[in-house]
Amino acid sequence: MADPTDVTDGHRESNADLLTQLVAHLRNNRTQLRQEWARRIGEARLLTALTQEEIFSEATSVYDNYVEVLETGSVEALQDYARNLSERIIPRGVETEEVLGIVLLLRDVLARSLFEKYPDEFNRVLDVYEPAANRIANTVAINFVTERERVIRQQQEAIRELSTPVLQVRERLLILPIIGVLDGQRARQLTEQLLRAIRANRARVVVIDITGVPTIDSTVANHLVQTVDASRLMGASVIITGLSPEIAQTLVTLGVELGKVNAVGDLQGGIEEAERLLGYQVSMETPALDAPTG
Amino acid sequence: MAVPILKQGPFLIATIQAALTDTDVLLLQDDVMAQVTRHRSRGIIVDVTALDVMDSFVSRSLQGIARMTRLRGAETVIVGIQPEVAFAMVQLGMAFEDVLTALDLEEGLALLTRPRKEATDSGG
Repeated sequence: MADPTDVTDGHRESNADLLTQLVAHLRNNRTQLRQEWARRIGEARLLTALTQEEIFSEATSVYDNYVEVLETGSVEALQDYARNLSERIIPRGVETEEVLGIVLLLRDVLARSLFEKYPDEFNRVLDVYEPAANRIANTVAINFVTERERVIRQQQEAIRELSTPVLQVRERLLILPIIGVLDGQRARQLTEQLLRAIRANRARVVVIDITGVPTIDSTVANHLVQTVDASRLMGASVIITGLSPEIAQTLVTLGVELGKVNAVGDLQGGIEEAERLLGYQVSMETPALDAPTG
Repeated sequence: MAVPILKQGPFLIATIQAALTDTDVLLLQDDVMAQVTRHRSRGIIVDVTALDVMDSFVSRSLQGIARMTRLRGAETVIVGIQPEVAFAMVQLGMAFEDVLTALDLEEGLALLTRPRKEATDSGG
């Protein structure tokens, strides 16, 4: 691309002329170029999540937007369209490389057609065409990725809002089953929730069940230790249950210090231990199962 | 603002009512030690319900009180730590490792009146 300060006025004007010609050429050959493009999309096996008709209608819109950007140099309309397109195709499972792939394919198809038409002005066509084409590829890719990130953020939010329940199972005994991945923010939220529940329910013992936590690294283990310490500051003892054999092995191998934590194998054992701490004595009388109608 | 210390049977109850300056904290320390000695108390409850911030000096001093009174044969229980305060404390690494804690005054008294061994068990 030529340095703009070097370009004389006459040069710039002739470039503008050429651009108008190029755009006119692309408009005139719209149908044929669009078909060529759609064919190459199919060949490259892109957008397989969409039907042929859908690809064709999207291709038409992209094509028109593309030519318009070439003509006006303004990407605003394209931005809106790209965002809208991303919104529609992301839920269908379209990947970033596919979107970028089709835009680059269109660039190549159009460039080839332009070179055929102006075989002697190779460099000038490139000068005029390339910057705009690159900007279009950029715009579409960035919008797609931005939209995807927005969707991901939204889903994270949704997962976070699936609140972790704090349940009271006996007077002064709370259970906190944790399901899913624990990261720093979630651990913090969870601890705050637990501490408030300890105050509200006047809990003396809390059983934290982590059967549903897939992996634990040293960071998560430290969060757990913090939760245990904070609960103790509020006068509640914590029992951790559901540390799987694999996780136990990992933690010891990693050298995580969990010695101060009261751990019991499973939730049942944890509740029994808690009952013992609280002084409950559960005894079994004649099984109620004998009289199901009673 | 000085912290009032009330005698309740064999125990002392110190209720902190507003944010403490460093001088107040040192004064509280002196006061508690003097009263423990005078009343031959078996236990002290320091109620921090009113504190929504606990800086490192205050928490270190409370820990100090607990250790000092233990040398006079009296257990100290810190009661009423707010959830936000508890969370901030563990984040700053001040977990009161060797100090008894309880939810509120009532729990603290229950902890002190319980048989010795059990009290140390559940308090940590």
